[in-house]
Amino acid sequence: MADTTERPLLDRLASKFGPNIVAPVIAAVVAIAVSSLTLLAGGYNPVRAFTEIGKVLWSVESLILILNRGAWYYVAGVAVAVGFKMGLFNIGADGQYRLGALFAAYFGAKADLPPVLHVPYIVLIAVLVGGMWAAIPGVLKVTRGVNEVISTIMLNFVATGISAWLLGNYFRREDGTLLTATKVIPISGRLPNFNRILSSIGLGLPKGSVLQGYIVIAILVGIGYYILLFRSRFGFELRVSGENPAAAKASGVNPKRMVLTTIILSGAIAGLIGIGPLLSDPTHYKYSDQFPFTLGFTGLSLALLGRNHPVGIAFAAIIWHAIERGTQPLTTKGFPQEIGKILQGAFLLTAVIVFEVMQRRSQREAVRDAAVKSSVQVEAAPA
Amino acid sequence: MSLQTMTPSQPASLRARWSEGRNLALLLSVGAVALISVARLISDADRLTSSTTIGTGLRLAVPIALAGIGGLYAERSGTVNIGLEGMMTLGTVGAGYAGWQGGPWWAIIGGIVGGILGGLLLSLATTTFGVNHIIAGFAINIIGSGVARFLANVWFTTDEAGAAGGSITSSPAIVGDLGRFSVPILADGPDLLGDLEKKGWFFLSDIAGVLKGLTKDVQAETLIALVLILGSIYVIWHTPFGLRLRSAGEKPSAAESLGVSVAKMRHIGMAISGGFAGLGGAVIVFAGADQYQQDQVAGRGFLGLAALVIGNWMPAGVLAGSAVFGYALGVANSLDSGISVRGLILAVAIGLALLTARAVIRGRYVEAAIQATVGALALAAYLKVEEVNNQFVYITPYVVTLVFVTVFAQRLRPPAAEGHPYLKGQSL
Repeated sequence: MADTTERPLLDRLASKFGPNIVAPVIAAVVAIAVSSLTLLAGGYNPVRAFTEIGKVLWSVESLILILNRGAWYYVAGVAVAVGFKMGLFNIGADGQYRLGALFAAYFGAKADLPPVLHVPYIVLIAVLVGGMWAAIPGVLKVTRGVNEVISTIMLNFVATGISAWLLGNYFRREDGTLLTATKVIPISGRLPNFNRILSSIGLGLPKGSVLQGYIVIAILVGIGYYILLFRSRFGFELRVSGENPAAAKASGVNPKRMVLTTIILSGAIAGLIGIGPLLSDPTHYKYSDQFPFTLGFTGLSLALLGRNHPVGIAFAAIIWHAIERGTQPLTTKGFPQEIGKILQGAFLLTAVIVFEVMQRRSQREAVRDAAVKSSVQVEAAPA
Repeated sequence: MSLQTMTPSQPASLRARWSEGRNLALLLSVGAVALISVARLISDADRLTSSTTIGTGLRLAVPIALAGIGGLYAERSGTVNIGLEGMMTLGTVGAGYAGWQGGPWWAIIGGIVGGILGGLLLSLATTTFGVNHIIAGFAINIIGSGVARFLANVWFTTDEAGAAGGSITSSPAIVGDLGRFSVPILADGPDLLGDLEKKGWFFLSDIAGVLKGLTKDVQAETLIALVLILGSIYVIWHTPFGLRLRSAGEKPSAAESLGVSVAKMRHIGMAISGGFAGLGGAVIVFAGADQYQQDQVAGRGFLGLAALVIGNWMPAGVLAGSAVFGYALGVANSLDSGISVRGLILAVAIGLALLTARAVIRGRYVEAAIQATVGALALAAYLKVEEVNNQFVYITPYVVTLVFVTVFAQRLRPPAAEGHPYLKGQSL
């Protein structure tokens, strides 16, 4: 009805490509602009810095690293996104996977099982512990009305303390070394990697590169998330609860049970995050104080950037680690590598702002369209 | 009708409420000391009330209180501030740079400026663009840490900074001190309190130890913080500005109908919030080696948030919460902390027993049950463990907060419109 040429550029782009494409593109442009200006202000040449980033990224090694790390990030993003979908802020994914990984590492290294059982056994422990830790804020919320943002923030610190205490006093391996770490997971408990398959079809990887088998788990998590959320009754109820709790309740959804199930599900998926480094990364295969921490917070960023969509989160995960990988060697080239953090931060903040602005515009437009339609009906109605 | 005429600040009632609050605070503090001295006698944890423990606790409580009061300004004006941690981090790097360039007073200013910039960035996202407050605050934490690291790399790796001891993770040391003060006669000179403390008498020596810890070698930044916090109580509760600020957080549509610009109030609230958090960052800089160090905030922004929550969004509550957290950390940092912490756990068990009795008398059985359970756990821990691992001290403030919000969830009252983005003309 409205003349498209009169509408602002943002709306036209949004209606052509959809806000989920336009917003990240705008955010990326702003993030690059902000970090370029920051570099300029610091006395660096942004064009040369970004050329260096491009050079680093343009290699098979980088691609492999981004896929490996991106898979961990992806699972973290999905774990948080499940909560977001029904309006729950699971800031506690960090503590959930930390404890899950610690228990899985300790009991996984102790067990003597055939490979077909060993891997599922370790995964099960991580998932159970993650889910149980997430049940605490869930129970507190449904029984006492405690806001999950507060409780999960507190529980993250508690998990950090407990895991450090358990690792230092009970789960530590006693082999005389100074390293504070659990025993290494035996080969039967590890996930196979892709190197042999790739070289058998003629795609030999560069020396030292390993394409981790965990990618399969990440893909399965993504497919599972899609089916559960967008193709199942439970997922429908979950999404309705998130978008309109009153409507969900009126149509028979038990809100308390929904909250509890969702946050436990979120924690269980979070438990899977630590499986990546634990079962698939040759530099780990154990839980130590060098274990990759704070992946839960990365997951929060990725769920936001990917709009809780299984494909969106995948793109976000890849871009997120591409920024980290690309900026990592910058210091040796004479640029501050911290520019990567600014890129990420500006990207995230701009993206959430643009999403918000576009959502408001489309809501306003819907209201206006509805008003126009009803006035047309009134005019057309016989007097 | 203008808002001024609505300000409920009759001098008489004001004075009455002040003295009422003061009596309550005094009663609670004396009660707490009595409780701890009983625990000290039973458990032989003599450092629980030593002046060094209390002094350390005070120094550790100040940044938490500053963050908490910062959070209070933000949340009273209607914005949830999860970004305190990031603002404090910006404060540390600002203080490190300005202090290295211009001395300790500039460090204070640099810290405040850094925090304000973080606060304004958050209110740009939440107030101007209406982004969800939790999401935006979370983004501020990421940006704060990133910007701080970037600036540290740019500022502290130059040849000049390197010669002064700077590096990518730390600034050159700030030369000079803001000063320390001891109250003469009581804590210094004849040191009467110190003499009494050494006697080891029940309760009296404990009181003396606490008072000496609070009056000996008090750092100037502690006094500045105290003045600003007490001033904040007056500003938020007894000035027209404070009323407008709070109205933006309670009922923005009503505030707007009386001509208050909700957006302006929320921007100002966030700027002050960031300023307080940044000042907290500067205090952290002085508490360490007088230099910016990477990641030195270490969760104290979140502790401030916790103090705000258990303080029920009231300034006196925030102060009490920060004091409890600071004290717990002070005990954890004292010599033979394992024994002290064990004593503290006994004090918690006794205190919870008293609270349980109170809740039963008042007919609050759910509260009583939760308190009794936690108290029993504390008692079991006390009886079973010889020395408590420091990791448990580290998690104490967070567990306290969790238990507190669980017990009092229904009686905590955050600002009504907190966390809701408000657009002009909306009905909220």
